[in-house]
Amino acid sequence: MPKAFLIDTTRCTACRGCQVACKEWKNLPPVPTRQTGTHQNPPDLNPFNFKLVRFSEHMDKNGVVSWYFFPDQCRHCLAAPCKMASSDPAAILQDEATGAVLFTDLTAKEDFETIRGACPYDIPRQDPASKRLVKCDMCIDRVRANMLPMCVKSCAMGAMNFGERDEMLKLAAARLAAVKKTSPKAQLLNSDDVAVIFLVADDPLKYHKNAMAEAIQPMTRKQFMAKAISPLRRIGGQTVG
Amino acid sequence: MGLSRRGFLKLTGAGAAGLALGQFGIDLRPVSAYAAGLKIEGAKEFISICPFCSCGCNTLVHAKDGRIVNVEGDPDYPVSGGGLCAKGAALLSLHTSPERLTKPLYRAPGSDKWEEKDWDWMMERIARRIKDQRDRDFKRTNAAGQEVNRLESMFHLGSSQVSNEEAAVLHQMIRAYGIIHFDHQARICHSASVPALAECFGRGAMTNHYNDIGNADAVLIMGSNCAEHHPMTFKWVIKAKEKGAVVMHVDPKFSRTSARSDFHVPIRSGTDIAFLGGMVKHIIEKKKYFADYLLDYTNASFIVGEKYHFKDGMFSGYDPAAKRYDKSQWAFEKDEQGMVKRDRSLKHPRCVLNLMKAHYDRYDLDRVSQVTGVSKADLLRVYEAYAATGRPDKAGTVIYALGWTQHSVGVQNIRLSGLIQELLGNIGIAGGGINALRGEPNVQGTTDHALLYGYLPGYHSTPTANYQTLAEYLKAYTPVTKDPKSVNWWSNRPKYVVSLLKSWYGDNATRENDFCYSYVPKMEPHQDCSHLYIFDRMYKGQITGGLCFGHNPCQSIPNINKVRKAWDNLDWVVIGEVFHNETTDNWRRPGVDPKTIKTEVFLLPSAYRAEKDGTISNSGRWHMWHYKAVEPLGMSRNMGEMFVEMMNRVRGLYAKEGGAFPEPILKADYPETFDAEAVARRINGFFTADAKVGDKDYKKGQLVPGFPHLKDDGSTTSLNWLYCGGYTEEGGNLAKRRDLAQTPMQARIGLFPGFAWAWPMNRRVLYNRASVDQHGKPFNPDKAVIAWQDGKWVGDVPDGGYPPMAMEGGKYPFIMTTEGHAQLYGPGREDGPFPEHYEPAETPLTRNPFSGQMSNPCMKVIQSDVDILAKNGDPRFPIVLTTYSLTEHWCSGSETRNAPPLLEAEPQQYIELSPQLAKEKGIKNGDVVIVESLRGKTEAVAMVTVRIKPFQVMGKTLHLVGMPFAFGWTKPKCGDSTNRVTVSIGDPNTTIPEYKACLVNIRKADKVTEL
Repeated sequence: MPKAFLIDTTRCTACRGCQVACKEWKNLPPVPTRQTGTHQNPPDLNPFNFKLVRFSEHMDKNGVVSWYFFPDQCRHCLAAPCKMASSDPAAILQDEATGAVLFTDLTAKEDFETIRGACPYDIPRQDPASKRLVKCDMCIDRVRANMLPMCVKSCAMGAMNFGERDEMLKLAAARLAAVKKTSPKAQLLNSDDVAVIFLVADDPLKYHKNAMAEAIQPMTRKQFMAKAISPLRRIGGQTVG
Repeated sequence: MGLSRRGFLKLTGAGAAGLALGQFGIDLRPVSAYAAGLKIEGAKEFISICPFCSCGCNTLVHAKDGRIVNVEGDPDYPVSGGGLCAKGAALLSLHTSPERLTKPLYRAPGSDKWEEKDWDWMMERIARRIKDQRDRDFKRTNAAGQEVNRLESMFHLGSSQVSNEEAAVLHQMIRAYGIIHFDHQARICHSASVPALAECFGRGAMTNHYNDIGNADAVLIMGSNCAEHHPMTFKWVIKAKEKGAVVMHVDPKFSRTSARSDFHVPIRSGTDIAFLGGMVKHIIEKKKYFADYLLDYTNASFIVGEKYHFKDGMFSGYDPAAKRYDKSQWAFEKDEQGMVKRDRSLKHPRCVLNLMKAHYDRYDLDRVSQVTGVSKADLLRVYEAYAATGRPDKAGTVIYALGWTQHSVGVQNIRLSGLIQELLGNIGIAGGGINALRGEPNVQGTTDHALLYGYLPGYHSTPTANYQTLAEYLKAYTPVTKDPKSVNWWSNRPKYVVSLLKSWYGDNATRENDFCYSYVPKMEPHQDCSHLYIFDRMYKGQITGGLCFGHNPCQSIPNINKVRKAWDNLDWVVIGEVFHNETTDNWRRPGVDPKTIKTEVFLLPSAYRAEKDGTISNSGRWHMWHYKAVEPLGMSRNMGEMFVEMMNRVRGLYAKEGGAFPEPILKADYPETFDAEAVARRINGFFTADAKVGDKDYKKGQLVPGFPHLKDDGSTTSLNWLYCGGYTEEGGNLAKRRDLAQTPMQARIGLFPGFAWAWPMNRRVLYNRASVDQHGKPFNPDKAVIAWQDGKWVGDVPDGGYPPMAMEGGKYPFIMTTEGHAQLYGPGREDGPFPEHYEPAETPLTRNPFSGQMSNPCMKVIQSDVDILAKNGDPRFPIVLTTYSLTEHWCSGSETRNAPPLLEAEPQQYIELSPQLAKEKGIKNGDVVIVESLRGKTEAVAMVTVRIKPFQVMGKTLHLVGMPFAFGWTKPKCGDSTNRVTVSIGDPNTTIPEYKACLVNIRKADKVTEL
């Protein structure tokens, strides 16, 4: 039975427990950062940050401020474009038991830009030393041991949820119905196509430019891959346009 | 989600190790090659507690081969459910950091380096330093010839980081030395809470607990940014919100708390009393109060004496020379029997409700809006939503923290929220109360154990020279009531004080020698030995040596340029720390030549949380045990061992050499080595003679089953009566309990009576007898805390086990106040029986529209050449600065700046400002700016954000900026202390500094040196 995440951003307080817990479990080294006028740091995903809470603030015409938090990570697509784009089928695995999309050591031999370009969410990064491609692996070691992924474990707010896919879809539908009562624009992002389903209360673009799958991407070899990810494109195209 | 530790992980029965996944029929071959072995496989698991905020998140520490390999949240902890915020999530990095202090370090006077020394060398020299200074400066008598037995030239600072057991042995040592300049973080974070809440309800603690917030119908978060600073609070705020509660955030800036609230209301820092005063007026005028509660459970009907009056911002009885009120003028009127006169018709002009109504009559919407900068629409939005809880079936909770405490009116900010909660009948009920979110990890516990100059453990005032005998002291501090229905629990104080003295001095304490009362150092009446005064006296050369453990004052005290210079004046200092910080390394700070600094520094490496056993008390008073997972790193030791060795070494010197008044040291009943479990038993206390409780016999040396059985005749001991009952012959160490069982009634309100233990007597919701009517029937049966059923109370432990008020033997529910009622009118505080709006010491206004009195007439003003204040409305400093913390760093940042993933997320000093101010000053987002006040200046990166808005105050646009206080110079390019610009001004009741409001100006930096 595949697993899924529900990331309910309406409960996220951006405490960044998930961001830090991920680094700690995986012993990822720090990256040097600077304060540049935002709380979002590091500025983007990088070879040593697989989980990043994105911050975006907005003020409407009535002066009402909203501050959105988006705990970004690999979506573990059901039909993973990165896997389709890889030249060696053994480089990127998809675990049948969980649905986890896993980058192996063999990804060092893949063309990084191709793999990254194939990802509708711009997730893959490359370790500068080993050249290996890296990203969230669903804490497959923990999940195999019947433990929650570390980001989910660290979340006290109920923003990060993990479990059997059908359970998560049920939870997602229930939460969407509840949130819609006060936030009519609330929606689930690409829920038919990914294992990491985000619930947002507003236009996804207000959270992050890659919150949803984008339709138009510059591609060469990737254009071929684009056909393979048509379900994502379709959804992205309809909503984000 | 349904995947609890019990449901998911323990399903296998094998925990993390040795899982046979094949049994689930999952083919793991595709990933087997990918996923290496689980890093905690084969590890031992220990329960510890996060060493940061007072949420007290329990953690699971995994250790392998004596090393910590993982730390994650404990799913069984009811507050967090296994979650951890960024700080808690970084505990592996922190415990294993290469920056940890692992060896004792010595810095010789004038030296530019640390030298490694062994413990024996350090401890011997420290003991000698302490003894020499004590022998030189100890005072047997004061100028009036009264016996005082005190040492003024030596200080002790810290720490809310220590366990309750460490705090107990520390306090005993400090008093034995005679030290009176004795303070810790509670002073600067929540000292205002104790006198404020105690004046309202009788005890100075958070009334409810974290889980209980989920029961609220309205949540007013004001003076707190709890999503960031007490992150687990929000788990329960969200629960309440999803059940339909309205969540309101009133705070100067829009923060992560505002983001998850229903709405945010920006308020000018320092105007909370104006805001809340307007709410009191609204509640009274619109009759939104809970009338029965008001009449039966508060002092609304009490009649105040004729000497009380209030005119133009001043209460009666003010002495301008002393800057102090004669509080006797505020007393209640009493009848011939000594009973307080009451008018239950509430018509008497001097009954409390009518005085209150008159007092807040000036707090109309226009005036409040003009002063606070909050629009009238926003004022009404909050007033109406919150006042709607003034019904028996609705609960409103107030959540506050340092945004209220750190003002020159800190105590009265909190007091006023108490008045509102009393009017609305929100005290004692589920989902109600005043949730004072205490600061540091064990600051509740270290306040209870009184690492504070003004208290002995258990909230007994430190004796002063005018009480030369125990009898005089006890008479002064033991309240008396003539009302037979008032329990007046503090009438038991003599039992607790005598039991404490028996604990301190053992068999040496006898009735004949006043239980060694003379050994306890005596202060002068009104003497202030809090942080601001300690540093002022140090600056002036009157304090020359001392001890500082788990505290970073050279980063965290206001007007830090002065504090750092004051620290230079020390001849010697002993510091216990986990990491280097701005205090340990003050002698090599930027711009200072170490050769000119004479201070001899003894830096002792401290064990970190998962390396020691003991208890901490979370903000909800839950007394919880944490276990040692590994040996302390390197040569580091836990602070309990350090204190005990220090005391015993000093004691050895006195035994051998004699010296100044050695009795308090030589005659102390003090452990030879530190063992947390043994100290936990001493804290609970023993019988010193065979005794009978009910039909049960206790032998001499057995544990006292609870504080109701402590005695004032020397037959019991207890290092802290509040904790008596937490370690018993019958139940053992109750802080270790992990039972999550609940009755259905307890489950409805999230009560976990079997998890750990809460003071007092495992009561989880204080004042819960006010949640029922006079017949013991819950006001809100759906969320009953207690109920009288079949002749007994069920639910929570009742706050006083007496029958309901209407029955024979019934008592008033507020057992800790002298007259048994919650106090709307509080005659015991320094600055008035009703909270009144005064401007901060530095104010952008030139006139206070509420009265002719600009600032708090009693506030503590430190006088020195460098303690200078901008004049009212000073055009040179037109911007209000407020200071705060952030999720990713803890307090002064001295620990968390050493956690790479935290420093990565929040690397540098910043200042949050509005786009309007940025435009006015030509500052772009990301520019470095200079922030300047009359005391100093600091650099910060501009964070230009719509989350900060300009205020309209008294018809003018006023700008407010905000800065965190977590960044300091010991981490390169991190920035330095915001406290270079803040003011040495204190609340008159506790001298908590006014960190939250001062005046600054800002400009774009032409040269950057700190970032």
